[in-house]
Amino acid sequence: MGSAIAADEGATIADEDQVSAMTAFARICFATLLLMLLGLTAAPALAQKLAPDGAPNPTASVTNQKTLLEQAPRIQGRIDIPDVKASVLMQPMGRTWDYFYEVLLHWGGAVVIVGMVAVLALAYLIMGRLRIEAGRSGQTIVRFKAFERFSHWLTAVSFVLLGLTGLNITFGKVLLRPLVGPDLFSDISEIAKYVHNFTSFAFVTGLALITVLFFRDNLLKKVDIDWVKQGGGFIKSKHAPAGRFNLGEKMVYWLSVVAGIAVSASGFVLLFPFYGTDIADMQIAQVAHAVIAILFIALILGHIYIGTLGMEGAFEAMGTGEVDLNWAREHHDRWLAEKLEAEGRQASATPAE
Amino acid sequence: MARMKFLCDADRCIDCNACVTACKNENEVPWGINRRRVVTINDGKPGERSVSMACMHCTDAPCASVCPVKCIYPTEDGIVLHNKDQCIGCGYCFYACPFGAPQYPQVGNFGSRGKMDKCTYCAGGGGPEAPGSAEEYAKYGSNRFGEGKLPMCAEMCSTKSLLAGDGDIIAQLYEERVEKRGYGSGAWGWTTAYHEDVKT
Repeated sequence: MGSAIAADEGATIADEDQVSAMTAFARICFATLLLMLLGLTAAPALAQKLAPDGAPNPTASVTNQKTLLEQAPRIQGRIDIPDVKASVLMQPMGRTWDYFYEVLLHWGGAVVIVGMVAVLALAYLIMGRLRIEAGRSGQTIVRFKAFERFSHWLTAVSFVLLGLTGLNITFGKVLLRPLVGPDLFSDISEIAKYVHNFTSFAFVTGLALITVLFFRDNLLKKVDIDWVKQGGGFIKSKHAPAGRFNLGEKMVYWLSVVAGIAVSASGFVLLFPFYGTDIADMQIAQVAHAVIAILFIALILGHIYIGTLGMEGAFEAMGTGEVDLNWAREHHDRWLAEKLEAEGRQASATPAE
Repeated sequence: MARMKFLCDADRCIDCNACVTACKNENEVPWGINRRRVVTINDGKPGERSVSMACMHCTDAPCASVCPVKCIYPTEDGIVLHNKDQCIGCGYCFYACPFGAPQYPQVGNFGSRGKMDKCTYCAGGGGPEAPGSAEEYAKYGSNRFGEGKLPMCAEMCSTKSLLAGDGDIIAQLYEERVEKRGYGSGAWGWTTAYHEDVKT
């Protein structure tokens, strides 16, 4: 090409015959080169298969569905109706989501939840109920104020409702449907769906409250390292020091906050389907919602165990709001000391007055 | 036993939407519900193709698989039907459907969905209603299939692009067409829906 242009320019000083001959030659060279270059890139597109009658093949430029699906996970086009999500012609990922939901989630969820229950049963059989070693002192101290307990129970009750109604969507057809029959089961499930949708708002409110109320006391401190070194209260001969919340409780708090936010966010995506989301977003939201919810349920099963059956004197904290002094001394010594000091009380185990 | 399928010959579809209109009219489908739609790929570009799409009545239908109340099932003709009395409107069948077939009326707050509605292959409903009854018609639409007729959309197709009927027969029809005219962009959705393709 460079030589052709040079020849073209050089031709201006040559005589007329030569000029026309040269330019014609140069032009042919140029055109041939251009065609060759074009041919290299465009050869596959131009190689038309002809129909038996010699007409050009109209599908030559059509990208078939196999190629389209290799380029993108779904085939999308233009649609004549306002329903934007209908513009997706095909999304084979639906079958993948089906596999996740029907196989991975059912088995994975069952293993996690049944596994957690088994671990807790084993803990109960081996360790039994953790007693207040020094026995009850008869004196109590306020651990959770009324508003703190309200926030906890708002979250707790809505969590249990959401958990049961949510598990029904996944496991109900396996566990409940054979027991109550298809018609009653679908009535229950429809009510459960509405309970799940509306309880979500109570849960988010409760979650926001406990996140704020217990934030300061759940920040990690140096004493948490000592708590771990002393066996976290599981070794009877050792005393594990702790502030208002020990590291185990802090982990429950932080995991709950993170899981709660994630499960709420994905839940609201599902509650407002296709509000600015597409089919892939909805599938991802469902996967996230289900996986986090299963893990969250396992965590809270552990939390419920330790707060009721697993430890003597623990439930009162969220029940009446007051705990026994000896319980507080054994599990939250630093917190008790601060609290008694603030109230100007003596840290004696003997009954006052 | 016949295995009922749909096949859209995209090289014949002219995006006239007669199938959509025929479906709406035949089944008295409410506003906002589209059991069938036409999607145009590469609109305005070389190789533009329009494909008429509705429920493909899949083999191992993923919608039936994920349904939390098990209200979707295949008939012995391979038609996927559902029982609206049991449907809870959870929307999971839409997430699982490779073809965007399930439709839901908006019934309340937020994205609250009513009973799912979808193409029934003009074969009535999967509920307890008597086939061909007025109750069945009101809930699910026409039961042409019970009268030995094929779906209205395919019957109305002006270019005979949309084929309905026994899968082997419509596949053979399509293969003959491709052989005769020398081209064909394939049976859209078949590999995903039926785990098999036409032989072209």
